[in-house]
Amino acid sequence: MPTILSIAADALAYGMVLFVISIGLSVTMGLMKVVNLAHGAFAMIGGYIASYVTQQMGLPFGVAILAAVLGTVLIAIPLERFLYRRIYGARDLTQVLMTIGITFVIIGVANFVMGPSLKTIALPSELQAPVDLGFRTIAAHKLFAVAVGVVVAGALWFIIERTPFGVRLRASVDDAAMAGALGVKTKWVYAVSFALAIGLAALGGVVGAQLLPIEPYYAMHYMVTFLVVVSVGGAGSITGALVAALLLGAVQTTGRYLMPEYGEFFFYLAVIAIVCVFPNGLMGRFK
Amino acid sequence: MSTVSKARPVVQDMIAVLILAGIAVVLFFLFPTNLALLTRIIAMMLLVLSLDLVTGYSGVATLGHATVFGAGAYAAGIFAAKFGVTDPLLMLAIGALAGAIAGALSSLVILRGHGLSQLVLSIAVVSLAHEAANKLSQWTGGSDGLSGILPSPLFGVFRFDLFGRTAFIMAVVLLLAVFVGLRIIVRSPFGMLCRGIKQDPVRVRAMGAPVYATLVKMYAIAGAVAGLGGALSAIATKVVGLDSLSFTTSAEALVMLVLGGAGRLFGAMLGTLAFVWFEDRVSAINPFHWLTIVGVLLVVVVLFAPKGLVGAIEAIWQRLRRARP
Repeated sequence: MPTILSIAADALAYGMVLFVISIGLSVTMGLMKVVNLAHGAFAMIGGYIASYVTQQMGLPFGVAILAAVLGTVLIAIPLERFLYRRIYGARDLTQVLMTIGITFVIIGVANFVMGPSLKTIALPSELQAPVDLGFRTIAAHKLFAVAVGVVVAGALWFIIERTPFGVRLRASVDDAAMAGALGVKTKWVYAVSFALAIGLAALGGVVGAQLLPIEPYYAMHYMVTFLVVVSVGGAGSITGALVAALLLGAVQTTGRYLMPEYGEFFFYLAVIAIVCVFPNGLMGRFK
Repeated sequence: MSTVSKARPVVQDMIAVLILAGIAVVLFFLFPTNLALLTRIIAMMLLVLSLDLVTGYSGVATLGHATVFGAGAYAAGIFAAKFGVTDPLLMLAIGALAGAIAGALSSLVILRGHGLSQLVLSIAVVSLAHEAANKLSQWTGGSDGLSGILPSPLFGVFRFDLFGRTAFIMAVVLLLAVFVGLRIIVRSPFGMLCRGIKQDPVRVRAMGAPVYATLVKMYAIAGAVAGLGGALSAIATKVVGLDSLSFTTSAEALVMLVLGGAGRLFGAMLGTLAFVWFEDRVSAINPFHWLTIVGVLLVVVVLFAPKGLVGAIEAIWQRLRRARP
């Protein structure tokens, strides 16, 4: 029994990290219909900025999170303006190629600027301390990741379902031409949603850096994982992404605990099984 | 489509084969020390041609096409290293068969999805195959790669020499044969049906043609072609590594196809030649810059030459012809 609880605790933390990073991708894919394979690259940029701010500049963790989110968004805005805007509504394949290209460039540049070594982010002592859960102790940063996941899910739900911006966004997605005719500035709505998605990627990169370490090939290693989470959950659905992240996190963690040799096996088998049964994802909004 | 007489495509094919053979002869004498690289390019060309059948002609998006290449490479390699089947032609046949089986089986999974889910399924398939090859190390050599492949002389006469002359000539002949075969398939009613499915599967189904079965068949043919490529690389390099079954190889093959121009057999070959040659030159200087340059190249191709190099050349050619009085 304690083993099950301990697996569950780790799976929850891992799943929540996956969720925080993937939900941004789910927004770009489900709402803006862009298959952004470079999403992981933005999470990586966030991680690098946070690492630089805490290690080189010696500033506190909170500042690092803020700097990572803002810095990554600042880098992403010109990319949205000059590259992504041209592939809105293009075929899947075109989007995949363009965003793989962007990923390659980011990896190359990151390697050149930051060097090939692994980068760590200095955590405040409160997040390093172990917390006693009764059946085992768990690192506080994992609980922090869970908390961030819950807050992000709630906030996103509120923004999309309950604010005037959410109404404009949903209208632009359903029928961009009609929304434009009714006075919605769709380009602006897209730019803001893109920035939001990138900000979430950066946040996830920083919060998850203990579980998914920051190194130049981060963007490649986890590219597939994030894409899988979104398509299993169903693009554009917050609940779907949450369920998929927790489910796949659980499969992966359980596999690694019980059969470390065959962990990846179960992960991809689960993916094939789920996607075969639910081609639009568990809670897909769109075909 | 204009009304062409039946003889013309055959003449065109013969001209194309002569041109390709001519290029091969020129390369053979121009780069006598680079024949191993050229053979590797031809093996990749077979993979990219195979991908072209599936993606360019049938409209199935896949990021897992290395599955069939790796299946051919490992099948040929395992039969040679473990069962002593060292005749190169037999190894090629085994590779083609294994590729065809792997193609048909993986298509059963991949064709269940559409668009994004299709991409994800194809990634999952190649990742599973990669893991399987990694774990079955008593058969595949795991991450060390499968070694001990010693092909016997071709037709019992021509040894596989150190400079790779025999391997290169065999590869060129194989490529030409596959090229002619594929030209025939692509132009056949079956090939036209696949193109129809790419444009509008719903309408094809409404006309009474079996969409799923046709695509599985095309996948098996494509698998055989890629399997030949895999077996060729096993014969030429005498090792099979895990990278022949990786997501990265799949993604690179897609990049080569789009660079050259999808839906065109020449595009597939030109894209592969340009990409691998370029990779060989630049990665010798610095692997990180190589990745950056490939990235920039991809973005540029998507933005300015969406139909690939062949498409861009055609556009320029047509403009020149129109400019002339």
